[in-house]
Amino acid sequence: MLRYLSHRLLEAAVVLLGMSFLIYLLLGLMPGDPIDLMASGDPNITSADLARLKAVYGLDRPLLERYGHWLHGALTGDFGYSRLYALPVTELMAPRLGNTALLMGASFALALVLALPAGVLAAVRQRSWLDYGLNLFAFAGISLPSFWLALLMILLFAVTLGWLPAGGVHAVGDDSLGNRALHLVLPVLTLTLLTVGGMLRFTRSAMIETLRADYIRTARAKGLGPRGVVLGHALRNAMIPVVTILALNFGTLFSGSMVVETMFAYQGMGKMIYDAIIGNDFNLALVGLLFATLLTLLSNLGADVVYAWLDPRISYVD
Amino acid sequence: MRRLLALTITLVAVLGMAVPGAGRAADAARDELVIGITQFPSTLHPNIDSMVAKSYVLGMTQRPFTADDHDWQLACFLCTGLPTFENGLAVREPLPEGVEGHGERDGVALTYTIQPGATWGDGTPVTTADVLFTYEVGKHSQSGISNAELYRRILGIDVIDAKTFVVHADRITFDYNGLGDFRVLPAHLERPIFEQDPATYRNRTLFDTDPTNPGLWFGPYRITEVASGSHIALEPNPTWWGSKPHFKRIVVKVIENTSALEANLLSGAIDMIAGELGLTLDQALAFEQRNGQQFRVHYQPGLLYEHVDVNLDNPILADLRVRKALMLGLDRQAMSEQLFQGHQPVADTKISELDWVYNPDVTRYSEDLEAAGALLDEAGWTDIRDGIRHDAAGEPLQLELMTTAGNRTRELVAQVLQSQWRRLGIDIRIRNEPARVFFGQTLDERRFTGLAMFAWSSMPEHVPRTIMHSEEIPTAANQWAGQNYGGYVNPEVDQLIDKIEIELDRDKRKAMWHRLQEIYAEELPALPLYFRADAHIWPKWLDGIRPTGHMQPSTLWVEQWGAGTG
Repeated sequence: MLRYLSHRLLEAAVVLLGMSFLIYLLLGLMPGDPIDLMASGDPNITSADLARLKAVYGLDRPLLERYGHWLHGALTGDFGYSRLYALPVTELMAPRLGNTALLMGASFALALVLALPAGVLAAVRQRSWLDYGLNLFAFAGISLPSFWLALLMILLFAVTLGWLPAGGVHAVGDDSLGNRALHLVLPVLTLTLLTVGGMLRFTRSAMIETLRADYIRTARAKGLGPRGVVLGHALRNAMIPVVTILALNFGTLFSGSMVVETMFAYQGMGKMIYDAIIGNDFNLALVGLLFATLLTLLSNLGADVVYAWLDPRISYVD
Repeated sequence: MRRLLALTITLVAVLGMAVPGAGRAADAARDELVIGITQFPSTLHPNIDSMVAKSYVLGMTQRPFTADDHDWQLACFLCTGLPTFENGLAVREPLPEGVEGHGERDGVALTYTIQPGATWGDGTPVTTADVLFTYEVGKHSQSGISNAELYRRILGIDVIDAKTFVVHADRITFDYNGLGDFRVLPAHLERPIFEQDPATYRNRTLFDTDPTNPGLWFGPYRITEVASGSHIALEPNPTWWGSKPHFKRIVVKVIENTSALEANLLSGAIDMIAGELGLTLDQALAFEQRNGQQFRVHYQPGLLYEHVDVNLDNPILADLRVRKALMLGLDRQAMSEQLFQGHQPVADTKISELDWVYNPDVTRYSEDLEAAGALLDEAGWTDIRDGIRHDAAGEPLQLELMTTAGNRTRELVAQVLQSQWRRLGIDIRIRNEPARVFFGQTLDERRFTGLAMFAWSSMPEHVPRTIMHSEEIPTAANQWAGQNYGGYVNPEVDQLIDKIEIELDRDKRKAMWHRLQEIYAEELPALPLYFRADAHIWPKWLDGIRPTGHMQPSTLWVEQWGAGTG
């Protein structure tokens, strides 16, 4: 198992290296650079200044040379400076990473807690009113535009009821845990509502499929009660495809959180990456996107490990 | 499951009761002001990068030597008096040997005195040592100063005493005594960092690594908290020499999405939305209709000139008759009334009527479809098939109109232009692009084939050298430098621009400005649309804010803001 994990981690490193080159290339090929953007807002800036600034920021050098320079720095732990925030990329990312991890972790866990039992229940009571109700809820969650739902939540809970803060990570001057938790409620609730539907539908389908399997019929024929059949036999087997979807979903959450972070002015990674791409902040966009890649790779690796735990027939030992 | 549901409902209810009015209570003591804006400053260094968000914040923490005031007149802020030839503080002097222009023109010596009470927040006086250091940073090619033109024009600075210095400039322009872009830096804090390595100074400056250091600020407020991307908190600066500001704390909160910004205002999380970086005009108009009773909405016409650039390399548009027909085919007044309730005045040229050099007697284009049609006929576009004009060779009168994708107002205006020009038989194809592509490549490299709609920011009496002078046409040979995207060439305009810059006599200069506007309106190097207005949304109790309409933010007079009884 250890050897398998080392092999997969090595593969991930190679993928990351390849991705870093690809992302750098794509960012570099995008039209305009930070200095062009600066010029569009400054009526006084002269052509001489633009040329000088491009040289100062190294933007006049070939793309490959710039990538080589960045890679050399990255391998020694220097990921460069963010142009948008005038801070080292790593210093900037650390708090945002924590914020997003909290947001994603909480909403993922909450969605899981809601979707798994609801999905199982919908499958067991297929075509009942409960099933229809849960499906309606699931489709509503899947179809709702994230920005609209977020706005609705702000209007309901912050503007109309005044129960919760409309946005931010914490109130200015109050960095307490309670205040942070309070600011997390609306973004987590929104992100949960957006993701729970998909999870619920996958769990329901996997369970329906499993409940039709021969071994389930055998278990029932042996006189096992419905609870024992569902929890003891069906659920574990149904979880294998669900885990795959959840692993992929985890990466999607990262991009999904961007809209939620923007609407709630929540300082997280999704919003940061978006701002970096729009603002031509090469270093920040690159490291942020690489992190998103790493997260997808790790969640898939995690899913593979969970497969082995769920199904003893799956083994990674040579 | 039933238990879980009951628990959730209970939890939400308890939370609701536990935190009544999680937003700011409306009747809280009014010694704190929370301002919502849509952009976070990329740096707080006064001389690196230029963006509105930074000007807005620094308006509260620093003072420029000179800036335009509310009456659009140059005034002293950090200095005690403007040097002029009349008061003897500005003196003509010959340029030294070796300096470009030696023997051909004069330079000028300008004497400035720093406000006697000006003191950095840590108690260190603002002195000529700071001025010399700022000059050194500005002159250094690696320091990353965004606008170095002013520093290039300064040949040297002589120190008279701790508060008085003389600037030797290499030319006498009409705005010779302005030092707007010369934002003084604290030498006692920044010099060691700069001297360590000027090339990496921009990454190590205390303005970004330690922005709450009181020694960096000398305005009415100093920065006490910076949460990158989220908010900046400011508190009164005890060393401020002017009148005492009212608010004990001002928080500038960044909420990029304007719908969320509006919701935050309604929830009480912010008190006001800054017009400099706030709602778009259409959003503000809708907001006023819904919530005008609770808030004051102030529309401030400004200098942002919304227009359509014309690519004069396109043979259709090179024909002046077609450009005039395009103007006559538009009902811009109705557009302004319908879309902006008349808050955005129609433009005749790039000069706003708020500017003292404005010429009211230029050719004005009101909607006249008959005259427009006649001009197009005259230009050879006579054959109308399927509602589209064609020339004798059968070529359709088809033009591409580009603007920034995602900008709702511009996209709407583009559709209105398309439908209005369609009435003349002109087939307009709209092709919008994201701002970074549009500004970063399409305009920069003159890749638009016909029409490009965008805005120019400006200042009072801003000479349009970069956008109208023939030397400023971007080409591959000059590495796409310059902003004369249309490719407009007129030797008389070139001469006027050169002369306006150095003419000190206001009457003579005004006459030249008038001529420049006449040519603009007659030759239409670009199609003027309207001047944008900023929408400021304030609580009724807030007093004293006076937006300027030009590039100086309203925060430059923050000490005059207060809480009234509204």
